[in-house]
Amino acid sequence: MSGPLEVAVVSAERSIWSGSAKSIVAKTPEGDVGIMRGHEPMLALLVEAPLRIELDDGSKILVAVHGGFFSVDSNKVNVIAESAELAQDIDIDRAKAALTLAQALVESPDLSAIRRAEARIQVASA
Amino acid sequence: MGAQLRVYRRRIKSVQATKKITKAMELIASARIVRAQNHLNASLPYLTQLVEAVSAAASHASDVSKHPLTAKSDNPVRAAILIITADRGLAGAYSSNSIKEAEALTRNLTEKGMKVVPYVVGRKGVAFHRFRNRPMGGTYIGFSDQPTYAHAKEIGQELLTAFMTPSEEGGVDEIHVVYTNFTNMAVQQTRVRRILPLEVVDEVVENIGESGNAQPFPLYEFEPSAEEVLDALLPRYIDQMVYLSLLNSAASEHAARRRAMKSATDNAEDLVLALTRAANAARQAEITQEISEIVGGADALTA
Repeated sequence: MSGPLEVAVVSAERSIWSGSAKSIVAKTPEGDVGIMRGHEPMLALLVEAPLRIELDDGSKILVAVHGGFFSVDSNKVNVIAESAELAQDIDIDRAKAALTLAQALVESPDLSAIRRAEARIQVASA
Repeated sequence: MGAQLRVYRRRIKSVQATKKITKAMELIASARIVRAQNHLNASLPYLTQLVEAVSAAASHASDVSKHPLTAKSDNPVRAAILIITADRGLAGAYSSNSIKEAEALTRNLTEKGMKVVPYVVGRKGVAFHRFRNRPMGGTYIGFSDQPTYAHAKEIGQELLTAFMTPSEEGGVDEIHVVYTNFTNMAVQQTRVRRILPLEVVDEVVENIGESGNAQPFPLYEFEPSAEEVLDALLPRYIDQMVYLSLLNSAASEHAARRRAMKSATDNAEDLVLALTRAANAARQAEITQEISEIVGGADALTA
């Protein structure tokens, strides 16, 4: 299979990132999935986790995605997230505060809030 | 200076002050239309992808018409209407057009034997319903001119909860949205759209059938499964529909406000012109009167 992998990350409000990449690693409800060029068509849900995009030159971009899905078809990857943030858009102090707050609810921990905050922190501190 | 002239001058000043305000509001609204339009355009890629994915999942999932979000109730008894109006006035007939359209829809649904529950966005619509003592299912104020996805999601969730509740327990069987579609700077139309039960899936599936698979979906491998993907995507689709309606309405609100403020500014200009003419005539009348008084006085002395 030739040609680069075209990746577009789109959130409900705007387009976050697009370009060509070597591979991406995303987290679905059933575990991590790595996509390289030539992957079969696929439509999978995403869970709150960092999405890793490896560029052609080997550098990596992390995006915190919160809910959504991605589709792969003929070397095009569309990541459609309700909200997605690049490292520079994340306020790490706020994410940490949100994590503390979410964990403080011992009785009924807000799991998705915890995952969301953790994804943000991972992306921002990478 | 005569009393008449003073009154005219005072009115001219007051109209000019009003004109400055309306002119400023016009400029602000113009700037905001552009911003609202950008938001609208920025949200379109997401919608396109979402619709494509929903269609793909729907064509693979077994028996889409049985899905709780697409199944029509045989005997609908309650319907919700999401009415999108402005938070602030001075936007011409923008809010009242929405309300009028919603009233027509309400009558229509009531004739079909349904009870209508309004969900209202914008202070103007809320005030309208509150003044008439009509109970509302939900009120959302403070963001009509700059809606974000978070707002849309909040509304979407509440509508979805209402839809999933059985109608015997106060849930609704149908959800309609009344919004103002932004076609361009000059054209905005009030529109009604039913968002639940979902129609998109039927349409898409039918389109495939008619066009003979002109554009077949790639043979996606679904993860976890087509049904579960569909389950997760349909609520997103609702949120997105609400978001799109909010964005369209916000852009239309700014356009309506710009138009209203433009005609207010134009009117103020006309008024200043007319008043200046009247003031000039009053001044001239005063001068003429003074001259004739002086001439009359001099005549009396020489006579």
